[in-house]
Amino acid sequence: MSSLLLFEQVLNGLQLGVMLFLMAAGLTLIFGVMGLINLAHGSLYMVGAFAAAAVAGATGSFLLALAASLAAAAAAGAVIEVGVIRRLYDRDHLDQVLATFALILIFSEGTRWIFGSFPLFLDVPDYLSGPVTLPGGIQYPLYRLVIILAGLVIAAGLFLLIGRTRIGIQIRAGEADREMIAALGIDITRLYTLVFALGAALAGLAGALVGAIQSVQVGMGEPVLILAFVVIVIGGIGSVKGAFIGALLVGLTDTLGRSFLPGLFGLFMEPSAATTVGSALASMAIYILMAGVLLFRPKGLFGVA
Amino acid sequence: MRERHINAILLAGLLATALAAWGLDQPFTITLATKVAILALAGVGLNITLGLGGMISLGHAAFFGIGGYAMGILASHAQNYTPLMEAPLLIEGTKSMPVIWLVAIVSSALAALVIGALSLRTTGAYFIMVTLAFGQMLYYFAISWPAYGGEDGLSIYVRNGFPGLNTLDPIQFFGLCFVLLCLVLLFVARLGRAPFGLALMAARQVPARVEAVGLSPYRLQLVAFVLSGAITGLAGALFADLNRFVSPAMFSWQTSGEIMVFVILGGVARLCGPVAGAALFILLEHWLGALSEFWHIYLGALLLIVVLFARGGLIGQIAKAEAAHD
Amino acid sequence: MTEPVLSVRNLEKSFGALKATDGVSLDLRAGEIHALIGPNGAGKSTLIGQIAGNIRPDRGEVRFAGRDVTGLTTGARARLGLGRTFQISALAMEHTVLQNVVLGALAARGRAMRFWRPVLDNGALLEAAEEALGRVGLSELGAMRTAELSHGQRRQLEVAVALALKPKAFLMDEPMAGLGGEGSKQLTEFLGGLRDEAPILLVEHDMDAVFALADRISVLVYGQVIATGTAQDIRANQAVREAYLGEEAET
Repeated sequence: MSSLLLFEQVLNGLQLGVMLFLMAAGLTLIFGVMGLINLAHGSLYMVGAFAAAAVAGATGSFLLALAASLAAAAAAGAVIEVGVIRRLYDRDHLDQVLATFALILIFSEGTRWIFGSFPLFLDVPDYLSGPVTLPGGIQYPLYRLVIILAGLVIAAGLFLLIGRTRIGIQIRAGEADREMIAALGIDITRLYTLVFALGAALAGLAGALVGAIQSVQVGMGEPVLILAFVVIVIGGIGSVKGAFIGALLVGLTDTLGRSFLPGLFGLFMEPSAATTVGSALASMAIYILMAGVLLFRPKGLFGVA
Repeated sequence: MRERHINAILLAGLLATALAAWGLDQPFTITLATKVAILALAGVGLNITLGLGGMISLGHAAFFGIGGYAMGILASHAQNYTPLMEAPLLIEGTKSMPVIWLVAIVSSALAALVIGALSLRTTGAYFIMVTLAFGQMLYYFAISWPAYGGEDGLSIYVRNGFPGLNTLDPIQFFGLCFVLLCLVLLFVARLGRAPFGLALMAARQVPARVEAVGLSPYRLQLVAFVLSGAITGLAGALFADLNRFVSPAMFSWQTSGEIMVFVILGGVARLCGPVAGAALFILLEHWLGALSEFWHIYLGALLLIVVLFARGGLIGQIAKAEAAHD
Repeated sequence: MTEPVLSVRNLEKSFGALKATDGVSLDLRAGEIHALIGPNGAGKSTLIGQIAGNIRPDRGEVRFAGRDVTGLTTGARARLGLGRTFQISALAMEHTVLQNVVLGALAARGRAMRFWRPVLDNGALLEAAEEALGRVGLSELGAMRTAELSHGQRRQLEVAVALALKPKAFLMDEPMAGLGGEGSKQLTEFLGGLRDEAPILLVEHDMDAVFALADRISVLVYGQVIATGTAQDIRANQAVREAYLGEEAET
């Protein structure tokens, strides 16, 4: 096991981690501020990816595509918030789960209806493709590095937003006591739509960024959604800091597990068995991590709610 | 209309459909009826946790899949004439349904014990996410375990056997599934009226009081979860037998969601809610599916309408919803 | 002298910088009603929580039925015989009145893990439940849904559920809360007769009830018991008058 390979996989883990953070941050904010569990978040991820692919295909501009992903996802988020989600704030979790599950069905089949079942392609633009040489002599794809940096910048922006702005104060107050901020005269209707659209935009952006390295297809959002749930369970519902740390933990565990567990088992098992057992265990690694956190901190590492 | 009458009509209707199809020599319709019975069984299992216990498990496909793979593994070893294990114990495959059902029930129950013990340490939204995650974990595990088909799944060429019956005959297999459904419904009906049911429903409504009288809500919910998983596991084994095919899709979040949809459409916490819901779902799949390959959009819209405006599901609407307690 | 049925010694509990319970010791003797009074924010709920088992004290000991129960859960203490009523009625709203009391009865007999025979077929359980209902005066309402009861009737039901446990001691958190004059009088009479079956540790704001019922009164202020004694002692106590009753005298 070379340290070069290790470093490369750590970077891959970070890349997965920051993308998961974009998903998880929105989810955890929506839960913390509005008390709503939103299964349709994966659909918003997908909407962002499809919007980006469509715009990139039409205009050839990656930047426009990214802008489109933000706009489309935010718009979709705002539309469903006004139409469906806001009827759910006072309902119990079961109703929220079912209604947002219904939205998944509608979004998925709707997308399939518009775009067909075959995956779309979103290409990494030329000016971002190719490897970059990092200190130490490692070659790493420029695009993935850009994703990591973009993710960190957005994370910093989010912390600033929540910690230093008026909106941020309203968000934090809303997390602490929903009824109180309404009584204080803050327009919670607008705040909720804003938070939901913000979460949606982050998801859409993640979908577009990842869509360039994987494929853009119906159903791409739900596996990421479930990973984001694991992140939130580990990090604690309502905590953006928890989402960040949880996302990095999950990203690193998953990536490093997949790279090194089969090899690890190869040390004392024959190769074919080692690959089988190793990959099977690697696929379960983050859930085992989640189970471990649950044993000691059922409310997550930084749980607020 | 009284709920008991609705239940009788539902079950009689299902039986009548199958018998009529048999008389008219329409084996496909019998198969549809069988599917309704099996999916209803899966929903009845979930309803113990969801309806009685008030716990939103979004990962019940875990047990559906375990039951299915119990069948798949045992039957495939039998059809290949290779034992599962030779040392220290000789375990051979089997194509006997009673044995397979027993294994499916026990393994699902054990999985529910482990998953439940961990998940029930959380509440509310955490529980939903955690159960969803565990279901997904098993899904990825099934995909990455090549011995039993991996992503492509496993085919079982001949339906398993039940002593005294020709299980390949659609009406006889339907009969088996229907009888199992009725037996389980009887068990769940008794469960709801028994001390355990009372305590479990109290734990859903007012856990502080349950503790204050000396009971443990956690224990009650865990036992409920195990029973619930075992029944859904049995349904999984039957489903695999119906299709003679088992694949990781049985573990998927979509499957978990669908089982929950049957329960909700029919009426959560109603004894025969899953029967009504499964029947409705299969009808929709059959009719709407013929009209449009995007029928899931309509299913989603229907679900949305039911959740937002028609609480209590189908049976709730018919029985002029009054809280399900007895 | 025999050990008191329930006692706490040097209990301490802090929430961050706030010391909610600051070295509290008190006990509950057989046959008595011991009232716990104090201004809002004095820490009564926290203290009750530690006695009942919902809150873990930082330091100190809780003893019940001759045992150290400081480490035991609420359920374990209930099984040892600690009955409880809540300030806000903790009842299963969808269930009938009878079903709520039966829950208490079946827990007392350890019969929760029974899966087959209908609970309402069990003669012994029904009898015990009906007896408890009869004692609080709700016999007629057994089949009514709890959600449809009046507030006063729910408070009565709350007591009935605790009764069905046949406890060794009662922990009652503001049982009079929200009751009008007539309801309070009836409940006061009832509780007076109850003390011989099992002693009651009573948290209450209703001063009429307190002075009518209590054999002893402890006054809790800022997490500390500043006085314990009979109603007369307390009324005469200068520190108490300043801290608490002084405000009452003005009204």
